[in-house]
Amino acid sequence: MMGAADNPFVDRFVSAFAERQARLPGASVPWMRRLRSEAIERFVELGLPTTRDEDWKYTNVAGIGRRAFDVVADVSLEGVGELVAAHALPGTHRLVFVDGHYMSALSQVGALPEGAHIGSLALASVTYADRLAEFFGGGNAADGFGALNEALWSDGAWIDLAPGVVIEEPVHLLFVTNRGDAASFPHNLVQTGDGAGVTVIEHHVGPDDASYLTDAVTRIVVGKSARVNHTKLQQESRKSFHIARIAAEQARDSRFGSHAFAFGAQLARSAIATRLAEGCDTEFVGLYVGDGRRHVDHHTFIDHAEPRGTSRELYKGVLDGSARAVFNGRVIVRPDAQGTDAQQTNRNLLLSDDAEVDTKPQLEIWADDVKCAHGATVGQLDEDQLYYLRSRGIGEADARALLIRAFALETLAGVVFDPLRARLEALLPGRRVQAI
Amino acid sequence: MLEIRNLHVTVDDKPILHGLDLSVGPGEVHAIMGPNGSGKSTLAHVLAGREGYVVTDGEVRYLGRDLLALSAEERAREGIFLAFQYPVEIPGVANIYLLKSALNAIRRHRGEAELDAMDFLSLVKAKLRLMEMDESLLYRAVNEGFSGGEKKRNEILQMAVLAPRLAILDETDSGLDIDALKVVAKGVTAMRDPERSMILVTHYQRLLDHIRPDRVHVLAQGRIALSGGPELALELERKGYGWVEAEARKEAGSAAGGVGR
Repeated sequence: MMGAADNPFVDRFVSAFAERQARLPGASVPWMRRLRSEAIERFVELGLPTTRDEDWKYTNVAGIGRRAFDVVADVSLEGVGELVAAHALPGTHRLVFVDGHYMSALSQVGALPEGAHIGSLALASVTYADRLAEFFGGGNAADGFGALNEALWSDGAWIDLAPGVVIEEPVHLLFVTNRGDAASFPHNLVQTGDGAGVTVIEHHVGPDDASYLTDAVTRIVVGKSARVNHTKLQQESRKSFHIARIAAEQARDSRFGSHAFAFGAQLARSAIATRLAEGCDTEFVGLYVGDGRRHVDHHTFIDHAEPRGTSRELYKGVLDGSARAVFNGRVIVRPDAQGTDAQQTNRNLLLSDDAEVDTKPQLEIWADDVKCAHGATVGQLDEDQLYYLRSRGIGEADARALLIRAFALETLAGVVFDPLRARLEALLPGRRVQAI
Repeated sequence: MLEIRNLHVTVDDKPILHGLDLSVGPGEVHAIMGPNGSGKSTLAHVLAGREGYVVTDGEVRYLGRDLLALSAEERAREGIFLAFQYPVEIPGVANIYLLKSALNAIRRHRGEAELDAMDFLSLVKAKLRLMEMDESLLYRAVNEGFSGGEKKRNEILQMAVLAPRLAILDETDSGLDIDALKVVAKGVTAMRDPERSMILVTHYQRLLDHIRPDRVHVLAQGRIALSGGPELALELERKGYGWVEAEARKEAGSAAGGVGR
């Protein structure tokens, strides 16, 4: 860990915390205040991760530590309207956050069934503090970024579904950073009762060329037999830093799907984890696209803690220029998790000699009656496929684009919400051939 | 249409063709026969423009132009089509996308307007019927999970849609059962045209039972060892390739001696 005591990055946020803690959401709620104080202490203790930490071996965040980011208190809405209009998805309940703060005027939540809450976590921390207390995590952040979020979170979504409540329209959480040098700390909490169901789209955007830090945490509690689908769409500015954790906890017979699409940021890191109780089903799908000198890191963790869980994981990367990607996929099958069926695949397409990927599947199996498989590949475009397309008259650049797109397209298979699918298709690398 | 003179080709520094001559006129169908390893497929891919095939000597003129100066896609746009011996699977690219992209690339090159969706579909459907193929194949990924016969039919479907001036069929008959062979032969025969030349590369006579060639050539030791009319194919069927190869080796030996090696 970095020597925290004399680190300007740490000092800056400790001062920001001291200055603001009385005004942070939940300040009037003793247990919340205590969690924040513990978190800032843990942040001081941990500092920022370094490449000496096994989990951060290939992702160097020293560049973040040298930057002076500001915690934004007074949000400017200039230019936000266009960003929201450009990124809104029709047919969703939409919550908009600017620089980490909820903007009710830009948000739009339609009629909800009885027993469904969708709104700002900061507001809920006042009115529903007791309810939040049952689910609020914290106190055990794995690294300095997690601790910093727990100390300084400004707002985020609170989605709470009573047992049996299913929300048909996806919930679109749009996080807009609107100024350079901003640090924002979104914190989302999704709680679903037994048999409930919801699709959440967590979407991060920022203006071109702005350099800023997003440090986000999303916690998802999936009730018995509940179904939660979480899609993350990371379209941060190409000069920004994006660090995020998504942690799910699945009660028995539940289904959780995580789809992660990473297109932006100078440096992006997502840690996505779930724990499966008995009979759970999990799908992890990801696509990361890098070019220039950008860096994208995914750490996934699927914890088969109990019997008869099924997990399917597919992550694909397309890397050009001098981009660098990290995929670390950990799957653990604990001694009680008999009858587990787990599959993991990571495939990478390198489009230039200077692009690089570090892929590390980690399968730890402690039960004996299990079916587990994993595979990782790193390669270039297939020469035979290129030649075949060219021999039909398709130019080399088009043929390459066609194959790149075909490679990436597989990760969209589970995206069933049409407006989101259309958005993703437009963002895929490679050329789109007009449909007939 | 096509003039090949003294063609020498190496692949991975290994000489495969040495001193091949071949002339194919408009509307003619030529069969290139020969034993395995004689260079038949190499000839097909050199004409189609595969990278890694190094021409060390000789020339190829196509419609009076230097064919070897063109890239694979330029050759295709100029009307050359190779039906692959092993058609390539391309997951994620639908068959119909490939057909449409290819046809429009060729039409743009000719200065013709791209076909609209209606005209394109009616063209493709007519060719599907000719090849006795199900429409659902259009929406499957290119050759992915196709049976051997489906792949070969799909090659001829592409050829029918793209309407080349010079079609090269590389062992299109191999791996086909007799019914599939008839369908493929019917498709090829339907495309015979005074303006269109064809080169049928094949190991066996059986395709030539259905498509009667104007000329038959035997490739051995990297050059044309023997040429004749359709009756030559029947003779080869009876006598095998051994005697032609022996002749070719003798000739190659004396030629090598002649240059003092």
